Amino acid sequence: MTTTVFIIWGIHLLLIPALSPFCIGVTRKIKARLQNRAGASVWQPYRDLRKLFCKDEVISQDASWLFRVVPYLIFASTLVLGASIPLFSARVQNLLTGDFLVIVYLIAFGTFLLALAGIDTGGAFGGFAASREMTIAALTEGGLILSLLTLALLCHSTNLAVIADTLGPRYFLSFVPIVLAFISFMIALLAETCRYPFDNPSTHLELTMIHEAMILEYSGKRLALLEWSAANKYLVFIALGANLFFPWGITHSQSSIALLVALLLFVAKALMFCLAIAVLESSIAKFRFFRLPDLLFTSFIISIIALGLTVKS
Amino acid sequence: MQNHQFDLIASPGFFIATLLIYAGGAIGSLLLQNNDRRAALWSTLAAIAGSILGVSFAVAALLRGIIPAFTSESTFPLLSTSFYVDSLSALFVLAICLVALCCSIYALGYLRHYYAKYNIGLLGFFYHAFIASMILVVTVHNALSFLIVWELMSLASFFLVIYEHRDSANIRAGILYFVMTHVGTAFVIFAFLLMYQATGSFEFSAIRVGLDYASPILRGVIFLAALIGFGTKAGMIPVHIWLPSAHPAAPSHVSALMSGVMIKTGIYMLIRVSLDLLPPGELWWGMTVLVAGSLSALLGVLYALSEHDLKKLLAYHSIENIGIILMGIGCTLAFSATGHNTLATFSLIAALYHTINHATFKALLFLGAGAVISATQTRNIEHYGGMIKTMPQTALFFLIGSMAISALPPLNGFFSEWLTFQSLFRGATSFDAFHDFPFILTIGALALTSGLAAACFVKVFGVTFLARPRSTGAAQAKEAPFSMRMGMAGLAIIAIALGLFAGPVSRVLGQISANLIPGGKAESLGELNLITVSSPDKFYTISMPAVFLSLLAASIILSLLVFLMTRSRRVRIAPTWDCGTDLTPRMEITATGFARSIITIFKGVLRPSRQTDIEYHDSRLRYFPKMEKVILGQRDIYQPYFYQPLRELISKLAIQVKRIQSGKINAYVLYILLTLLGLLIYFLR
Repeated sequence: MTTTVFIIWGIHLLLIPALSPFCIGVTRKIKARLQNRAGASVWQPYRDLRKLFCKDEVISQDASWLFRVVPYLIFASTLVLGASIPLFSARVQNLLTGDFLVIVYLIAFGTFLLALAGIDTGGAFGGFAASREMTIAALTEGGLILSLLTLALLCHSTNLAVIADTLGPRYFLSFVPIVLAFISFMIALLAETCRYPFDNPSTHLELTMIHEAMILEYSGKRLALLEWSAANKYLVFIALGANLFFPWGITHSQSSIALLVALLLFVAKALMFCLAIAVLESSIAKFRFFRLPDLLFTSFIISIIALGLTVKS
Repeated sequence: MQNHQFDLIASPGFFIATLLIYAGGAIGSLLLQNNDRRAALWSTLAAIAGSILGVSFAVAALLRGIIPAFTSESTFPLLSTSFYVDSLSALFVLAICLVALCCSIYALGYLRHYYAKYNIGLLGFFYHAFIASMILVVTVHNALSFLIVWELMSLASFFLVIYEHRDSANIRAGILYFVMTHVGTAFVIFAFLLMYQATGSFEFSAIRVGLDYASPILRGVIFLAALIGFGTKAGMIPVHIWLPSAHPAAPSHVSALMSGVMIKTGIYMLIRVSLDLLPPGELWWGMTVLVAGSLSALLGVLYALSEHDLKKLLAYHSIENIGIILMGIGCTLAFSATGHNTLATFSLIAALYHTINHATFKALLFLGAGAVISATQTRNIEHYGGMIKTMPQTALFFLIGSMAISALPPLNGFFSEWLTFQSLFRGATSFDAFHDFPFILTIGALALTSGLAAACFVKVFGVTFLARPRSTGAAQAKEAPFSMRMGMAGLAIIAIALGLFAGPVSRVLGQISANLIPGGKAESLGELNLITVSSPDKFYTISMPAVFLSLLAASIILSLLVFLMTRSRRVRIAPTWDCGTDLTPRMEITATGFARSIITIFKGVLRPSRQTDIEYHDSRLRYFPKMEKVILGQRDIYQPYFYQPLRELISKLAIQVKRIQSGKINAYVLYILLTLLGLLIYFLR
């Protein structure tokens, strides 16, 4: 009995960091195919990480201790995030750190530190990227909190595990608010994970960079950690979207077959999200920076409408 | 045995002893004013001693749950007074003394740069008077005595604001503060006079009973007067205009006290009047406070973003945090007016928790700002940079403060914002559709506020401490003296502890709230223990220690793993890459540049101004500019749209009144006669 729970916890803790480079690889692959390119293998992000861990490091002479510590703290925060959200087994009910506000603010924790690290090296790029990142992050938080709140009020709990567990039966009763909240959540997802139309994850043109410009001065193992945490954050958001807005497939059972099926189902849902994001990214252009607030305020207002509909029902 | 000791500490005698130490400190500093060093030592040591006594008194009173009280009865109204330290008062005494303790330790080193410039003895006198009057404000239970100590507090802080009197800007700030605080006091007096008229007593205990029979309209008017009066002291928008100029003017350890605890006395009295003296309240009270809170929070943080004066920026953040506290109080009022007593108790925990949290991290930030300012001799953050290398410990403490005020887990600011969010969530489900909406909008405002606050503190910390120095002052800065670092370290540790021990602290605050809310029971709040905080209906569960420890454990394990894996890799130090150009401090992001995008997005609210001066080489053709100067500013919208019309209205009224003032003595005798006749008719009716 207890060993099974132990194993489930083990898989739960390692799932996000283990799977996240794959998701990045799949997204890149789909985007490449949509652009009529062959694209790199889906395992390429793993190879990149290994390569980076093997390299020596160059650190700016202007950087302080903060610059050196930040990658570890950010990666640790994504690990805690991964452990706090529902993934595939309802046996793992994290009642300690599974509150959705903890998730939102842990994400803010990573963003805050990364922005500081971007400023720390004293280059022009890191500074303006930090400014843009904090502007977007500040405006995204509202839409994110309110869209998750819609679900929380429907399930009468702010714990994500409970939401994922109890939303299923009520899903079609309050379909409209859930769909609205999902739209709002997707906008927040694109903004927080540096996707089109907010940021170009593969750009190396300085004027358009946001996330890439903040980590410009990093190299070697610290760059690997930051790239990996960005991938983790991407998968965390996908997992939130997949398990909260499509709350099926999380198993209560402890049999290994059921767990395996649930795990595969979770991976399938995550891949569907990757596909959707890749298609979305390939079909829209990047927005001008000052048009982004319009989109974020749209997310904010849509989720307020969703909340209004929830509360009245 | 232990209880007996507690009884001894939580006694009126001990309380008076604390006050006497402050009095001794005040008079002693005045006597020693000829010798700067002795006056500084005497005043800080006395303040430290008094604060330690005050802290132990408050802790004992809180733990024992007993109420030290004493009254003096007299037929002469001014001599009849009463002090009554219930748990709410004890909490505020604790906050005041704790912050005062750290500020006084800090002052040991900080006062040095005033030697031979300003009179240290006077500073010590007003500093002691200020702390003692704050303690009296939160303990006195008689309206007349309250007004006296309230005025004492205002005056002491006024003299502290204009302490650096050779700078004329400080005098202007002081006079604005003086005027605004008295406008606020006028509303307070009005509220207490209405209470006196309804109950015939100035004693709070009598008012509490007597007001039960007052009409709802009268209670509403009293509530509004108290909200404006105490809101002025707290820095609620739109009566906040004194705060951003007065707080920066005072010496930094006094700014820390003013921003950390003095504005909280306004919050204390608002709680005291609206939840203790006036109830039962009405739903619109809560809604009004919610709206005021949202406005203060959102506008406060936006003004902070556009500010470059470090202390002014922190002062605007005080307005923001007062807004967040008001959100909690608004929820409490709305819940208690509609009989949701458990929820009201919970929301009051949120407000009180944020009050003490803000007291700690804002005091910490002001002390850090003081250290930076005395090292660089400027308050303009554009002239800082790279100070994490010259002042590493100050930078660490300031980082802790910044993360706490940005509500990042696992620090204390996160927990109290979480509580406020949860109270608002409950509000969004507990009323009808019409009254739910203010709560939903307030949730949005709070989410936006905390995001913008994080952006603002990335700006402050990044521009002040990171990258390369932008001025010689910043490059040659020295780490603050030991005592100043001690003061900051104390507050930083308290900030971390308040985050880590969220459960036990909430339990204490729950007891305080339950005492205030009729029908509120601390037992019905659910689990509030060392590990988890959760509601009885499992709406929320959270564990702050788990957040803290999991982050800590994950970072430690991760660093060990990475270290073991990559031991053989070398680290090379090299210049920052900047497209092959020579890197100068001018390439770093400035505070103006950092905040500009947010200001542009919110330009409809902020009304930024921009003035461009261009000088041309060829002034006739205007093709080749020689020099371009851009002045970015902030249009003050309160002066032209709120205070100016108000002032014009008052002048017009005054001119009307002037008509009956003819200067002839016969006319005045007639007025007196008419008044007497009127009064006679009114009373003999």
